[in-house]
Amino acid sequence: MKVLVAVKRVIDYNVKVRVKPDNTDVDLANVKMAMNPFCEIAVEEAVRLKEKGVASEIVVVSIGDKKSEEQIRTALALGADRGILVETDENVSSLTAAKILKGIVDKEEPQLVLLGKQSIDSDNNQTGQMLAALAGIPQGTFASEVVVEGDKVNVTREIDGGLQTVALNLPAVVTTDLRLNEPRYAKLPDIMKAKRKPLDKTAPADLGVEVASKVATLKVESPAERSAGIKVGSVEELVEKLKNEAKVL
Amino acid sequence: MSTLVIAEHNNSALAPVTLNVVAAAKAIGNEITVLVAGAGCGAVAEQAAKVDGVAKVLVADNAAYANQLAENLGLLVSDLGKGFTHILAAATTTGKNFLPRVAAALDVEQISDIIRVDSADTFARPIYAGNAIATVQSSDAVKVITVRGTAFDAAAAEGGSAAVEAVDAAHDAGISAFVGEELAKSDRPELTAADVVISGGRGMQNGDNFELLYKVADKVGAAVGASRAAVDAGFVPNDMQVGQTGKIVAPQLYVAVGISGAIQHLAGMKDSKVIVAINKDEEAPIFSVADYGLVADLFEAVPELEKLV
Repeated sequence: MKVLVAVKRVIDYNVKVRVKPDNTDVDLANVKMAMNPFCEIAVEEAVRLKEKGVASEIVVVSIGDKKSEEQIRTALALGADRGILVETDENVSSLTAAKILKGIVDKEEPQLVLLGKQSIDSDNNQTGQMLAALAGIPQGTFASEVVVEGDKVNVTREIDGGLQTVALNLPAVVTTDLRLNEPRYAKLPDIMKAKRKPLDKTAPADLGVEVASKVATLKVESPAERSAGIKVGSVEELVEKLKNEAKVL
Repeated sequence: MSTLVIAEHNNSALAPVTLNVVAAAKAIGNEITVLVAGAGCGAVAEQAAKVDGVAKVLVADNAAYANQLAENLGLLVSDLGKGFTHILAAATTTGKNFLPRVAAALDVEQISDIIRVDSADTFARPIYAGNAIATVQSSDAVKVITVRGTAFDAAAAEGGSAAVEAVDAAHDAGISAFVGEELAKSDRPELTAADVVISGGRGMQNGDNFELLYKVADKVGAAVGASRAAVDAGFVPNDMQVGQTGKIVAPQLYVAVGISGAIQHLAGMKDSKVIVAINKDEEAPIFSVADYGLVADLFEAVPELEKLV
């Protein structure tokens, strides 16, 4: 079966985020960018499904500016077969991303769509669910295990109280959580080979989608800083302070 | 202007986080209707009707909603939600699962995980793992919102007397099924609802040593959490993880034991009222956010703490 994986270019998760002095956004100038960590897990899962003989072809798609090609090439080096860049310089909301991906799903007709549960920039946790709703197909969000059986996929989900398993008719959308797998690193020969794998470019308008948003960002601020308190010398002193000073025990 | 709050529950009791969502709905200011969708969930509807500030309770009691499957719940809420200007759910794994389907069906954007209501169309929400706070304004006809429970003081569970009305709607998409659930059993309070939380990190060295924390927790009625490092090392199950990718907590007292204080952990607990850090490394970043820091070997300090509390 064909598997579609969506990946997003975001700030590298090791980089400390700083808010611009004019409070319009965070400062991304000259900042290291990388594939969203949850998307890496989605790519890895697709590659594992192909290694097991479950997936026959892996198509990787990204929405963003020209530089998002780097993240598609990374996915190709990890084992995806071909890439699609939906090129736009604009900020794309989750709803718009879902509409664009729906357009790709209509063309490619994958049996399984894998996405990260959220991107570490906007932290929305929406795109996979919205895509599933627009396509009228089921979803397995926050997946920690994915098992394809015939025309169904069983997804074990990380929920607040523990784990939940659902059975979904294919085609389906699965969004990945941290413990689904540990992504591998790309090997140098594979990185070289990835440069020759096909990468098509298209635009939101080609898919009939207008990039627009009805949610405006008015300002972006740093969170209230918490300052360091005092060091106590013993457990006894700590308990005394908690009881009499902070009054929380 | 009217707000629909989707109740979180397990078919027998209303989850406390629903009271925080009602509080956010009150801040928006419209008349509040609560939807209880489930199977055999009449008792939940009765509880919801007593919540202070709730004007009406809708009950959709049908097998299709028994396990809160997103496909079925999404159809129900997008159908009922059309008459409302605001649709709110908790930013829990349940709310995060079904609500974006509702937004997509209504062709509106969702505003995730709000921590502040500025007006009926303007809200604040954390981005970049809580390293920045964005204030956003929505011009969508229906505002679809998930609420971070710990950011709003709970509405009173008693004092209301809302009318309860049955909704005759069975939306079964027929494309997904519930297979099973493994829920962690514990007599301790739920992490996100506890007044005191004691968490262990990599410094605990193994899962057995968490017993030290359980003993203190049981003496003071605390919940026990863990850092991502401790969860990834396999010391404790993932539902104990506190952090940006785990649970967000804001108790009266948070005690971090053997936790270095990675950004991702701080994002999950830095709104706690009082933070205590116990760590043998005095350079650990956790001390920069702690109200009370104790540089000590946790294997000596924690048993002593158990004796003194």
